[in-house]
Amino acid sequence: MSMNAAGIDEPGAAPVERMERPGRLREFWQYFRENRGAVAGLCVFVFFILLAVFADVVAPHSPIAQDRGAFLQPPFWQDGGTTEYLLGTDALGRDMLSRLIHGARYSFFIGVIVVVIAATSGVLMGLVAGFAGGYVDTLIMRLMDIVLAFPSLLLALVMVAILGPSLINAMIAIAIVLQPHYVRLTRASVLGELSRDYVTSARVAGAGKLRLMFVTVLPNCLAPIIVQATVSVSYAILGEASLSFLGLGVDADTPTWGLILADGRGFISQAWWLGVFPGLAIMLVVLSINVVGDWMRDVLDVRQAL
Amino acid sequence: MLGFFLRRLGTFVPTFVGVSLVSFLFIRLLPGDPIMLMAGERGMSDERYGELLTQFGYDQPIYLQYLDYVVGILQGDLGLSFSTKRPVWDEFFALFPATLELSACAIVFALLLGLPAGIVAAVNRGKWPDQLLMSTALVGYSMPIFWWALLLIIWFSGMLGWTPVSGRMSLQYFFPDGTGFMLIDSLASGQKGAFASAVQHLILPTIVLGTIPLAVIARQTRSAMLEVLGEDYVRTARAKGLSPLRINGLHALRNAMIPVITVIGLQVGTLMAGAILTETIFSWPGIGKWIVDAIASRDYTAVQGGLLMIALIVMVVNLLVDLTYGIINPKIRAR
Repeated sequence: MSMNAAGIDEPGAAPVERMERPGRLREFWQYFRENRGAVAGLCVFVFFILLAVFADVVAPHSPIAQDRGAFLQPPFWQDGGTTEYLLGTDALGRDMLSRLIHGARYSFFIGVIVVVIAATSGVLMGLVAGFAGGYVDTLIMRLMDIVLAFPSLLLALVMVAILGPSLINAMIAIAIVLQPHYVRLTRASVLGELSRDYVTSARVAGAGKLRLMFVTVLPNCLAPIIVQATVSVSYAILGEASLSFLGLGVDADTPTWGLILADGRGFISQAWWLGVFPGLAIMLVVLSINVVGDWMRDVLDVRQAL
Repeated sequence: MLGFFLRRLGTFVPTFVGVSLVSFLFIRLLPGDPIMLMAGERGMSDERYGELLTQFGYDQPIYLQYLDYVVGILQGDLGLSFSTKRPVWDEFFALFPATLELSACAIVFALLLGLPAGIVAAVNRGKWPDQLLMSTALVGYSMPIFWWALLLIIWFSGMLGWTPVSGRMSLQYFFPDGTGFMLIDSLASGQKGAFASAVQHLILPTIVLGTIPLAVIARQTRSAMLEVLGEDYVRTARAKGLSPLRINGLHALRNAMIPVITVIGLQVGTLMAGAILTETIFSWPGIGKWIVDAIASRDYTAVQGGLLMIALIVMVVNLLVDLTYGIINPKIRAR
């Protein structure tokens, strides 16, 4: 776990207390082990990440190599399947398993980058809104209301229609749709912290605005943001898959899970594996992220922000 | 009370302006000239171009164009569809009942299963029914619904042959559109089997669209019930010796419903997004499929109109939920 201590700090916990309890990371892990579901979720998640990282080594075939002797071959346990292609092949004779393993790369890449963009910009805007107050605050929050008024998938679809379908544009669209949640969350936490004594004392001690924002207040607002970030990785993966499924996500040479599923959709009556496996991969990853996110919400004692 | 209403309406107006501005700018942000987009690949003469420019008001300053656009919205004018040349407003409302029918069925489905599931889980907190139900809910919540739809089609339509794969009605039945709601129209037509066909066509899309709201409602009901079950008045009821059914059903559930109702209201956005995917997969002739088709065929006035109308529907429902919530719960009003 790369989670740092700040993430599990109680808001406003005195620094003295922190020194008395050196094993926060261990404590974190201790809680974690008590929840078997969360451990299982984390294991699945790590498994998929390892697959994505070592895709070149793990995948039995190239994801784009076409075998003309093996079109639409079923998985190995069905009649006509071979262990050469464990999960079968698609209509162009490409190995399903290898495509899925390489697809994991795209899906995680999209998930992580989108969340980094959305979280960074969202937290910045939330900090500004919370600290500035007044008309700046109103302006930012009204803007976010407007973005939130559109169903997220619809807004993403329309943005891709404007920008043109590509991996980058799909990621930008999803990031814009996710961002308001961070703004609201950060602003709410900031407003909660601003009235606390430690902020007043820092202000009295002469801390500048930037220092107050980033050093004094932000670390104490991180818990809900971390939970939100975890869960939004799954939203981002699902969002990209939905866009690709509708044919408005990535282009054909970037085989994300959503695109593999969309490709397989036309063949479901004769080749069920083309539709089932990519969706299963998406669901397993999203589920594992949600399990871990749920558990983090409990441990970090964050109320779900809707 | 009046102050609360006015304040809430006060946040509605700027959001409406913003939403209309977004949909107004949509066509203008597209690469290329809107008139040339309308012409398609054939192109047009300079003369005709000038005529159309005047006809659609594109030669006016941008703020006047926007004003025109807003006045149009308020009068129910969303422009003409690029591809069918019919008013977008008419097209939207011709298809809207299909989406409404599907969404209503999905919400009823989600409530019928989600509420009991949440209550049972809360009452059996930490025991196996709770764990089983909540794990299932989490799986449902994590489901890519387009995949879920494919699985159901493979099982129920492909292997078992129980349900049709697409559309709202078998071709053998024909009757005029009355209300636009197939369940009502088929009954009113009096044709034998038409209603059954409508129900059959609804089953899979309802399950697909209702799954995520179902999971959310089950989870929300559980946590609201747990909160209420810890309250003093529930303990008092228990001490008085009331039956568990009476305590859980009457005392606890009634108060637990308040947050649940809010969540149901918030699901409208989820339903609209879900409808886009569900309708596309099941060829359901509603708003969701219409807007995806419009994007694919570059019918940008239709996309613009759909974008605005869907956002408006979501906003109005949220406004109503907030206002109702304010009436039920005085604490909200005071804020």
